[in-house]
Amino acid sequence: MIRFLLKGLLRDRSRSLFPVLSVSLGVAITVLLHGWLNGVQQMMIDTNARFQTGFVRVMSQAYAENEDILPNDLALLHSDSVLQDLHSRFPDWNWHPRIRFGGLIDVPDNLGETRAQTSVLGWGLELLHPTLPAAGEYYTSEKAIFNFEPAMVAGHLPEKPGQVLLSYLLAEDLALQPGDTVTIIGSTMYAGMAVQNFTVAGFVRFGIQALDRRVLIADLADVQYALDMENAVGEIFGYPGDALFIGDSLRAMAGRYNNSQPQDNPFRPMLVALPDQMGLDQLLDIYDIFSFVIIFIFLLVMSIVLWNAGLMSGIRRYGEIGVRLAIGESHGTIYKHMLYEAGLIGIIGSVSGTLLGLSAAWYLQTYGIDISAFMKNTPMMIQDIVRARITRFSFIIGFIPGTGATILGAAISGLGIYRRQTAQLFKELET
Amino acid sequence: MNQNNVIIQLENVVKDYRIGSGYFRALKDFSISFGHGEFAGFIGPSGSGKTTALNIIGSLDQPSSGTCLVLGENISTISHRQAANLRNHQIGFIFQTYNLLPVYTVYENVEFPLLLLGLSDTGRKKMITEALEMVGLTDKIDSRPAQLSGGQAQRVAIARAIVKKPALILADEPTANLDVKNSHNILELMVKLNRELGSTFVFSTHDPKVISYLQRIIRLEDGRIVSDQPQKQEL
Ligand SMILES: Nc1ncnc2c1ncn2[C@@H]1O[C@H](COP(=O)(O)OP(=O)(O)OP(=O)(O)O)[C@@H](O)[C@H]1O
Ligand SMILES: [Mg+2]
Repeated sequence: MIRFLLKGLLRDRSRSLFPVLSVSLGVAITVLLHGWLNGVQQMMIDTNARFQTGFVRVMSQAYAENEDILPNDLALLHSDSVLQDLHSRFPDWNWHPRIRFGGLIDVPDNLGETRAQTSVLGWGLELLHPTLPAAGEYYTSEKAIFNFEPAMVAGHLPEKPGQVLLSYLLAEDLALQPGDTVTIIGSTMYAGMAVQNFTVAGFVRFGIQALDRRVLIADLADVQYALDMENAVGEIFGYPGDALFIGDSLRAMAGRYNNSQPQDNPFRPMLVALPDQMGLDQLLDIYDIFSFVIIFIFLLVMSIVLWNAGLMSGIRRYGEIGVRLAIGESHGTIYKHMLYEAGLIGIIGSVSGTLLGLSAAWYLQTYGIDISAFMKNTPMMIQDIVRARITRFSFIIGFIPGTGATILGAAISGLGIYRRQTAQLFKELET
Repeated sequence: MNQNNVIIQLENVVKDYRIGSGYFRALKDFSISFGHGEFAGFIGPSGSGKTTALNIIGSLDQPSSGTCLVLGENISTISHRQAANLRNHQIGFIFQTYNLLPVYTVYENVEFPLLLLGLSDTGRKKMITEALEMVGLTDKIDSRPAQLSGGQAQRVAIARAIVKKPALILADEPTANLDVKNSHNILELMVKLNRELGSTFVFSTHDPKVISYLQRIIRLEDGRIVSDQPQKQEL
């Protein structure tokens, strides 16, 4: 009997193939949307962590209070020992000291007169001589974090002191070539004037508009020398060397570290967790709510569509059901068969849709899609590549509309078999 | 008519259909009985209640009041499951619109009632072949209903109704879509089945061709029986 019914199901493509296709499609879109929303969030977190906040970040307490203006006069002193201390207390973490500073870049012509001048954001990174060995396999070096390799558009990374990288837009604006000399004018830690010449080693393009505009990257030691910041750094960025983690565990880590510092010293090192920086936790909360609402609405719409499809196919079959009843099949058996059928369609559709959606999400996770053309004018830290992220939930979310709603639709429309007089069911067919 | 011989008995059956907030009374104080092996039919104008009466006898519908006994079961009180069981084992339906299952072949359509009865493969095959031989369609075994002419489809429907050799066959305007030649063929076939299997036939019709074959003619008007007469057969 079951074989007989399956045979009928397979032959009637309006009952088998098309429902499976529509369920697959709906499920695939659900899974992809979910993965994409996750990916965007993960990317936001990751981008911020790499360039703005670290997963945790250590600054002097005074610097932290005014960090908007990059107050290097309040920088962390004795940075070597702070680093050593961090390293011994959190040996699984990678710690990268940085200095960020505002300044002017001055390009001389061949007579040594100023040919062009503009403001820049300077970054001092440990490019040449890392103070600490790498811990774990992620975020091991600044080169890995900034991912310079694919970002190079011309020239090469600084190989010796006195060399800098420029963002390619800045280099274009100033009509610079690798090998040219530029002068950086800034202020020292003690509010004196700092002037230093550098050789342009290469240009970089990160695909993050805020970083590609007017950034200069130099080795940390060069910047310390230029700004008179001996054994002092603005910030120390912390990255987990192993599995990615986030949220409360970072806060707990910050709490432990900060409690161990002398509370009355305004220059004491202070460790801040990613969600506690720049209102990121609110942003992440808002994002969570936002994506929950989107997914919820989408699931609702998808469920109604698939539920309706289940309903329609049930109603369309009242005639057939009437015949089967007349021939002597009981209401209960037919209802049961309708549910089996919907379950079968739902599960096959959900599985294939989930596979489809996961493949698409996997593609986005691995290769991404370049959207830089739409992002020309945003100063936000947003990467030009759209990515998705597959989580455990990606594997099950599609089954809510795919299987749940399909069965529900069949279950509700199937009740019509009971509600009507059997003789009525034929009339649905005849008219 | 011998009392033991009675297989269908309707007494004071009333059937009301709900229309909006009111009711339409399709059968009024309807009493009739049929014996084993009868070849009888309801005739009468459209809307007189023929189909309604057949549906109640076939347990596809329940009377609003009165009693209806069919093959020992009380249709008024029977459960869905019992009704299904009754139809499955004892009743064959032939509909005006054939009502074949479109995705199945001729063979499979006829096979369906036997599957429900849980018969074995070989048993089914023998009975299906027999039924299709009776209706002369052994060459169309693998066709789908859409590939058949109206007469052929109706013959498949008949084969499906008779394949399990039911005690009772209910035929609602079985010739409405057939030409003269096919109508006669099918009616001859039914008469033969009636004689050979001893099955009881109850028709609903206004086709004179059908009427000429009936042994008993029950005339309905407006939900009531207005006459109930035997007809002499000129064989
Ligand atoms: N489901 C229903 N709801 C309301 N009224 C109905 C319903 N089914 C039948 N009727 C009414 O009951 C009456 C009898 O209908 P029935 O189908 O038994 O007529 P019939 O004698 O078979 O007619 P025909 O020869 O046209 O098939 C008709 O007036 C019809 O309108
Ligand atoms: Mg009728």
